[in-house]
Amino acid sequence: MSRITDMTDTHNWSGQKLVTADHMLFDAPREKHFMTGSEVLKEAIKRCTVDASVSYPITPQSEAAHLIGELWAEGYVGTYFRGENEFGVMSEVAGCAMAGARTVTTTSGPGTLRAMENFPQWSGTRIPCQLVLMARGINSPLTIQPDNLEVSFMLETGCMIWYAENVQELFDMSIAAFIVAEKPDVHVPIVTVVDGFFVSHTRESVMLPADDIALFPYEPYKSPLPPIDSETPPGRFLRDPFVMKSNYISYATHASWQWEVRSAVERSRPYAEHFLNGLVHTTGNEDATIAFVTCGTASHQAKEAQRDLEKQGIKTKVIKLRTIRPFPTKELLAALDGVTDVFVPEFNVVGWLEKEVKTALYNKHSAAIVGGPRVAGGMSMPSEAIQKEVFEHINGKGA
Amino acid sequence: MAIDIYKINPEFRDIMPKEIIDLEENATWAQNQEKPRGIKELPETKEILEEHSLCAGCPEAAALRYVLSALPKPEETIIVNSTGCTSLMFPHIALHTVHSLFGNQNAVATGIRRVLDWRFPDTEKDVVVLAGDGATVDIGLDYTLQSFFRQENITTICFDNEVYANTGGQESGATPKGQVFKMAPTGKKFEKVKMWELAVTSGCHYSMNMTASAPKSVAKAVREAILVAREIGPTFLNIYTPCILEIGLSANEGLGEMKDQDKDRFASFKHVSPEAEEFLKKCKAEGKL
Repeated sequence: MSRITDMTDTHNWSGQKLVTADHMLFDAPREKHFMTGSEVLKEAIKRCTVDASVSYPITPQSEAAHLIGELWAEGYVGTYFRGENEFGVMSEVAGCAMAGARTVTTTSGPGTLRAMENFPQWSGTRIPCQLVLMARGINSPLTIQPDNLEVSFMLETGCMIWYAENVQELFDMSIAAFIVAEKPDVHVPIVTVVDGFFVSHTRESVMLPADDIALFPYEPYKSPLPPIDSETPPGRFLRDPFVMKSNYISYATHASWQWEVRSAVERSRPYAEHFLNGLVHTTGNEDATIAFVTCGTASHQAKEAQRDLEKQGIKTKVIKLRTIRPFPTKELLAALDGVTDVFVPEFNVVGWLEKEVKTALYNKHSAAIVGGPRVAGGMSMPSEAIQKEVFEHINGKGA
Repeated sequence: MAIDIYKINPEFRDIMPKEIIDLEENATWAQNQEKPRGIKELPETKEILEEHSLCAGCPEAAALRYVLSALPKPEETIIVNSTGCTSLMFPHIALHTVHSLFGNQNAVATGIRRVLDWRFPDTEKDVVVLAGDGATVDIGLDYTLQSFFRQENITTICFDNEVYANTGGQESGATPKGQVFKMAPTGKKFEKVKMWELAVTSGCHYSMNMTASAPKSVAKAVREAILVAREIGPTFLNIYTPCILEIGLSANEGLGEMKDQDKDRFASFKHVSPEAEEFLKKCKAEGKL
């Protein structure tokens, strides 16, 4: 175990040289490794000078949570323990972050819903913690399969939501996530999502910087709300506690604060653009009139379909959304220039991304939007299913 | 940092409200004390609780004043609260306090405790949970007991008014059997949960059941519980603060009700583990009590 007092101006408590996020993500030389999403998350957290992590077992995120525990045992993470259940864990994470810690936790599917009351509380208290959500289906019936239905429940919690497609993106995003969430003008929680198993358990080649460097520590005294550590003057003397009074102050406080939380998420855009190289990534035929709008591993499947369709003479492109909150409306509209037909393939039954896309494009773009193919419960989404959706739609239009 | 955070910037002194200046000049901060703080100073010094917005004569407000006057080191104390009548008073406390959700107080306090230990390894900081019986015994029971199991260095104080008062008088787990309240229109069907006994079984090193009828006793218990939590492990105080409104008493009848209950449901229960007992003896010898 380490002591925070071992940290110097140039090195953190585990002896890693402190570097900027730009150096870590863009400049530091990288070497090729072959690892799973869970393993790569350990490598990311190892390089982030993380103060605190709280864990709880649930498939498929358990391994990632174990590995963060190993980092604590090895002296890289300041404090770590297993909580009693996800509601407790997310409350413990809130306590850690309120007390001024760079804090990370992980969960999946049902755990997300058990903890749900905490997420708007996180954003309401403006803590910049990171939840790595390894998406999984939601009961009932019991399932552990990759399905991302729980993300739909997170959309209006006031947290930022980023979505990584693969192991490499999980590494880079989970590092950038701390930095963007901790910007004083943002300072809201961030949820970094990957699809369970498809990313958490799949071994891929990945380029990593050396592990003798790490991010500069979190600076809690730059927080828009003072950390709860008895080191700064407390706010006090509210003669009318606004929470309980049905008066104008109560309305005004709640209204302005709720807008402010959402504005803070909006203010993350320029930082996210910088660290993620844009909020959307487009691949395929630039001048295609058919586009797939995707996130996560559905992007990977759509890219395969794009290549297969190209062989048949049908030009398409894949517009991968990297942030869901804030939603990249402007970037999506630009990427859809000239597109007449949009397909939104998804790994969930409700089609939450389709709804997001339709809301963003309403009265702004004339393309037809098809919510499909849509698979759920962890069913796979082969290229053929995506192609079938395209053919049915196009033929249906009499093409 | 501690006491320095209460010193007013001279540039702003002329526009500061009197209560803030009083806080700097006349509050009983531990750092300014020769001997332990205590309720004796309440009449002459600036209290850490400015005002309160509870009902006239509410015993909970009095109990909170006793608790705050007895904190061994208020300038290094963080209090975690839950939803209920107590959350109405928290905005008036001149310390770092947290209101998070209903029932998660011991989980939030755990996170704070762990991180304070990590960030300030050489500074004694106290974490105190203060919540009602609904938060402690019902909705937050899991998190309360789990923090005891984990041996968190936290003091948990339950202001037990035996009812969900702030929501309009519903039965809670701490309500005595047979009592008619809302949601128990024919009377409560099971016994009052003996949280102070659960605390002992779950690993608390100091557990008391008492009323707030005797200010000195409350102050002594608070002080001992916090010192034990700081050094040894979790501690628990269950303090009867009746909801006079819900049991049909007048503003001047709260004290009488508590005195009556000193002999009944809140007859004194005190558990001190052998380690805690030895530690408290040492504290006494050193003049900390």
